[in-house]
Amino acid sequence: MKALATVITQPAHPPSTALSTHALSAGHGKHRVIESLDFALPENQVTAIVGPNGCGKSTLLNTLGRILAPQGGHVLLDGIDIHHLPSKQVAQKLALLPQETTAPEGMTVLDLVRFGRQPHQPWYSQWSAEDQRIVKAALKAANLLDMQNRELDKLSGGQRQRAWIAMAIAQDTPLLLLDEPTSALDLGHQIEVFELIRSLITQGKTVAMVVHDLLNAARYADHIVAMHEGAIIAQGSPKEILTPELVYELYQVRCDVINDPVNGAPLLVNIRR
Amino acid sequence: MPILLLGCAALLLLTSLASLLMGAGDTTPWQALSVLLGAGTEDARFVLFELRLPRTLVGLVTGMALGCAGALMQTLARNPLAEPGLLGVSAGSAFAVTLALLLGASSASLSVYVAQAGALAGCLIVLSAARLKGVGNDPIRLVLAGATLSSLLLALTSLLLMFDQRTADEIRFWITGSVAGRDLASLRHLLPSLLVATALTLLIIRPLAALALGETMATNLGHKPGRIRLTAVLIVALLVGAATAMAGPIMFVGLVVPFIARALAGADIRRYLALCLFIGPIILIGADTLSRILVYPLNYPLAYSLPLLALPYY
Repeated sequence: MKALATVITQPAHPPSTALSTHALSAGHGKHRVIESLDFALPENQVTAIVGPNGCGKSTLLNTLGRILAPQGGHVLLDGIDIHHLPSKQVAQKLALLPQETTAPEGMTVLDLVRFGRQPHQPWYSQWSAEDQRIVKAALKAANLLDMQNRELDKLSGGQRQRAWIAMAIAQDTPLLLLDEPTSALDLGHQIEVFELIRSLITQGKTVAMVVHDLLNAARYADHIVAMHEGAIIAQGSPKEILTPELVYELYQVRCDVINDPVNGAPLLVNIRR
Repeated sequence: MPILLLGCAALLLLTSLASLLMGAGDTTPWQALSVLLGAGTEDARFVLFELRLPRTLVGLVTGMALGCAGALMQTLARNPLAEPGLLGVSAGSAFAVTLALLLGASSASLSVYVAQAGALAGCLIVLSAARLKGVGNDPIRLVLAGATLSSLLLALTSLLLMFDQRTADEIRFWITGSVAGRDLASLRHLLPSLLVATALTLLIIRPLAALALGETMATNLGHKPGRIRLTAVLIVALLVGAATAMAGPIMFVGLVVPFIARALAGADIRRYLALCLFIGPIILIGADTLSRILVYPLNYPLAYSLPLLALPYY
């Protein structure tokens, strides 16, 4: 009975949304990075896309987020080609945070987070009570409530990145695509951002992120997608796929893999050329 | 924000009043005031209603148009130094008007539509030039193409003026930029296009604000950056074309007004664009009033008093 009561009082999760690719080819201009890729993003999990520089991680993420048009094949959102859907409708299901972000000088955290509501606002209405509630919840989730009126350029790198993630949260989409959300952050700020990302999963969201650091991928992702030269060469849970052989194939370095004595996540040790 | 708007509105009212009361000529501020209060001599009535009122109204509309066009341009180019003149809009407009005069149109019948058509043509040429190499979405290339077209058109305009003395005489006053001597009929011709510009601005103001976060972010939020940009360029052409038709190619207002508005109201165009509507006319009417009393009893061209006004600002 107690379990049932819990189920009933839990807030309803947004219906999960499936994102997949079918025979996808993508790249920039004549430079084709990804060739004929089939991939389905696991729902309600954190997926980390890893691989060496130039392997097509960001290209994949940007194509999934319909920033880049495919050169062949399709990106499917709930089974429908994402480029056949109205852009606004896509924006209600999928939020993307690019690697490099710029905001106009003097913009405050609150100003930025409020932008996340744009896909939900019809052109004739400005700001609803629901927008207000969701923006407040996003600020709270990112632990930014007490600095919502601070200017972005006066924040630390970690705080600023949390503000951008809060904007993506305010977009209130079942899917979040994050391109290197912790690059250029120090250790403390990295942990801050990764824990925020983990907390999104408990709200029924699906996250895909490009990550450079295998250790963080192993610790914070449920699913790892390893890419090499535009192809997915391995995917699965960190424990299943993180082997010395895979690491060598990806980065041409040798290492040993042991289990973290505290949480059991795979750890790379004795890394050498 | 409401206080800021009220303050700007009050300042605009004061500036307009000053523009009505002060000026070159024999009409004293007291005589002008008594006309405003319903009395006054015949001469003073003429000066006020036939000379100063149209001049102030033209300054009002031109200032609003240039201020907003500047704000749109700077958001579009993501460059606070972008100036509507850069797009080739003013130059296209000036060239079209010169050409029309050369082909026989007299100054009085000079239609505002010629100037606007020229502005639009200049705008479209520069857009397609920037698009030629498949880089139509690159704001820096857009501005560069605009600057090139501007210089070319201004050179052609000078060439036309060299060949034809009559045109040169008629256009000389206009081309230095002035709000004087325009009749209210031309204001009426501008009204439809200004209304269209306003409606379009209201439609794209939200996506335009998102564009300030970058193209990727605007797409992510469900907007179409290419379409927003094109609409914004059209609005700029309408506004600057209208302003140039009225008062000649006036630079600087479009550059400095958004600067002041941003300093007062913050970086979001949804907040500072409304301020531009007030600050534009304040600066333009203020500069015009100044140019009337500065070298009394002569009329000093607006183009020279505007930078004078700006010196203390820098």
